[in-house]
Amino acid sequence: MAQEIAELVSSSLWMIVGIALIFALYLGISAICYLVWGLFTRGREKAQGYTSLKTVTFGDESAVVANRIASIAAVIAIFLIWGVATGSKLTPNLLPGPVSGPVSFEYTATNAAGETGAGRIDLLVHEFGETPETPAPAAEDGDFAMNQSVTVAQRRKVLVKTQADEGFAFTEINGKPVSPGETVSFDDGNVFVTTRGSLSIEPDVGMTMEALYLPPPEAVWSRFIDLNKNGYQGVGLWENVFWSLIRVVIGFALGCLFGIPLGFAMGLNGWLRGWFDPIVEFMRPVPPLALIPLIIIWFGIGEQGKISLLFLAALWIMTIAARAGVSGVNISKVHAAYSLGATKKQILSKVILPNSLPEIFTGARVAMGVCWGTVVAAELVAAEKGAGKMIIAASKFQLTDIVIIGIIIIGVIGYGIDMIMRGAENKLVPWKGRG
Amino acid sequence: MSGLTINDVSMTFELPNGGSVEALKNIKLNIKEGELLSVLGPSGCGKTTLLNILAGFLAPTGGEIDLNGHKVVGPHPERGMVFQQGALFEWMNVEENIGFGPSMKGTPKAEIAGKVEELLGIVGLQDFGKKMIYELSGGMQQRVALARCLCNDPDVILMDEPLGALDALTREKMQSLVLDIWKKTGKTIILITHSVEEALLLGERLLVMAPRPGRVHKEYRLPFAEIGVGADLREVKQHKDFGPTRDEILNMIWDMEEEIMGRTETA
Ligand SMILES: Nc1ncnc2c1ncn2[C@@H]1O[C@H](COP(=O)(O)OP(=O)(O)OP(=O)(O)O)[C@@H](O)[C@H]1O
Ligand SMILES: [Mg+2]
Repeated sequence: MAQEIAELVSSSLWMIVGIALIFALYLGISAICYLVWGLFTRGREKAQGYTSLKTVTFGDESAVVANRIASIAAVIAIFLIWGVATGSKLTPNLLPGPVSGPVSFEYTATNAAGETGAGRIDLLVHEFGETPETPAPAAEDGDFAMNQSVTVAQRRKVLVKTQADEGFAFTEINGKPVSPGETVSFDDGNVFVTTRGSLSIEPDVGMTMEALYLPPPEAVWSRFIDLNKNGYQGVGLWENVFWSLIRVVIGFALGCLFGIPLGFAMGLNGWLRGWFDPIVEFMRPVPPLALIPLIIIWFGIGEQGKISLLFLAALWIMTIAARAGVSGVNISKVHAAYSLGATKKQILSKVILPNSLPEIFTGARVAMGVCWGTVVAAELVAAEKGAGKMIIAASKFQLTDIVIIGIIIIGVIGYGIDMIMRGAENKLVPWKGRG
Repeated sequence: MSGLTINDVSMTFELPNGGSVEALKNIKLNIKEGELLSVLGPSGCGKTTLLNILAGFLAPTGGEIDLNGHKVVGPHPERGMVFQQGALFEWMNVEENIGFGPSMKGTPKAEIAGKVEELLGIVGLQDFGKKMIYELSGGMQQRVALARCLCNDPDVILMDEPLGALDALTREKMQSLVLDIWKKTGKTIILITHSVEEALLLGERLLVMAPRPGRVHKEYRLPFAEIGVGADLREVKQHKDFGPTRDEILNMIWDMEEEIMGRTETA
């Protein structure tokens, strides 16, 4: 136990170092972009309008406006980093990629008779997944040390068996002395001489990432085109997205349908508030994801289960939002309405309901975000269609490009949902924050 | 039995810590129909509590309120209320706010529109009917609040520091407006204020309340409201009795405040 904790702490410390390095890199790029941008505008960019008249801007949050150039540069920078790190053909090759194509080295060896001979080994390094023909070895020079030719995939090792005669031993690789159990490097990689007289050859892997971990942007793009056309496992890309969305919409709508009246009831009636308080306060901190196992046990992996889950995810948020909306009503508004002759029903529909709309919208935005996250997670666990299902299925076949496409689409749609909600909010409750 | 009668009203708040506050003690008062009454007093003397009881938002712990011969038991359109701020409906435009009362009763739309139009003229907001509340200045909002109250045609208008949040100039204009409305409509108006000058200008009758327990300390009958109707209020303030009365009341309230402070210090 203590040791596990110690390991946890030490790995966290290493993570701090790693994260700090990544941040430093990213900030460094940011600083360079900033300098370039500064050279370009050279003081021509000025704060606009009222802000330009403020002398105190540091500490005045309202005077800090997001620099859109910086946002665009940041996105481009991410793509560039992605491209460079994966050795993309679209970006400059700042990092050496893995060795590719024909490479070779020479060796010298001795045999039992005490003779010395030279030989040559040709390697054809090809991309992973390809199976090129093995080229013919170089012409023999007549001594006992034979020439050989092999193929090897990038980032893989190959074992070359040589003459297994008694007494055969490698003495030099490309002129560098070597004995069994040692590793020497040649121009394009390393060679390990085994104790049994074989060579384990590992061409340089370079510094770019393997597509298995992170495919280059163009590979993702071409996969995207392909998914668009052919789908994955018989389900179209947008069909998957559509199914996720429809679940969210139905679950969210159900959550609103029940949550908002429930919240109102709790805001208006002491008995009902007392009755529902325990369950609402209990369910509120339970993350919907924790309910997935139970939901699967109850409903199986069908639509019902997922919709129930999303309903539960939205329900408590909307209940609490509506309740907050009711308790947030300025009592003088209610008093004024009563003095003007409104009945209870009218108070509810003309005062309390509109007055709580801003709170309800805030809740709806949160609920939508939670629902979207929950649906993806639920699909990861069990689904036949959906964005989450697509990426989990692809990950089982190590189709990292599909996983990345899925993540990007999930992010973009989540952002889109929030934008739509914000737009609706501005349209429907223009008085928000200006009461 | 016309008019508003405050019949031996007391209000004691029980505090959570077991103590209690006598916010009002044995208030007896008769307000005639059409009277303009202003109420002054140091902070915490129970002015708001009294108004809330009159409006019917609070039931007094002792005594009762009668309006035109029947007992006040809750809020009712016969008693309109103008709040200091925050009581307008932001989700409605100016016209809808003003017409709120009649529309709750189901008055025909055309009739409401006519009334609203007239009131917009009275409070000087002719061109602002379609504006939303948050697009108006504080002074304009208070005019809407006044118009909304008037549109419902109450017998008594209760105002709790309606001009408290306004700047001095706007406030002066609004004071004239209140006087005009009082004269034009002949409504009973009860107005709470923190400003002694305002109380003098907007009260045929002025109550000075004292705290702990909240009670009527002194009552004045004043000529300034009558003089002020249609006149320049700054001239009214030049009236020979205005200054002395103001100073007398100021001293009175000052003494009360001092007494409260002294008491809390020794406590
Ligand atoms: N709900 C309440 N519970 C307990 N005490 C209260 C409550 N409402 C008012 N009080 C007390 O009653 C007294 C009178 O309050 P009130 O609000 O009527 O004073 P006020 O004259 O309107 O003061 P201000 O001029 O500051 O508005 C105060 O001491 C206050 O603390
Ligand atoms: Mg008060």
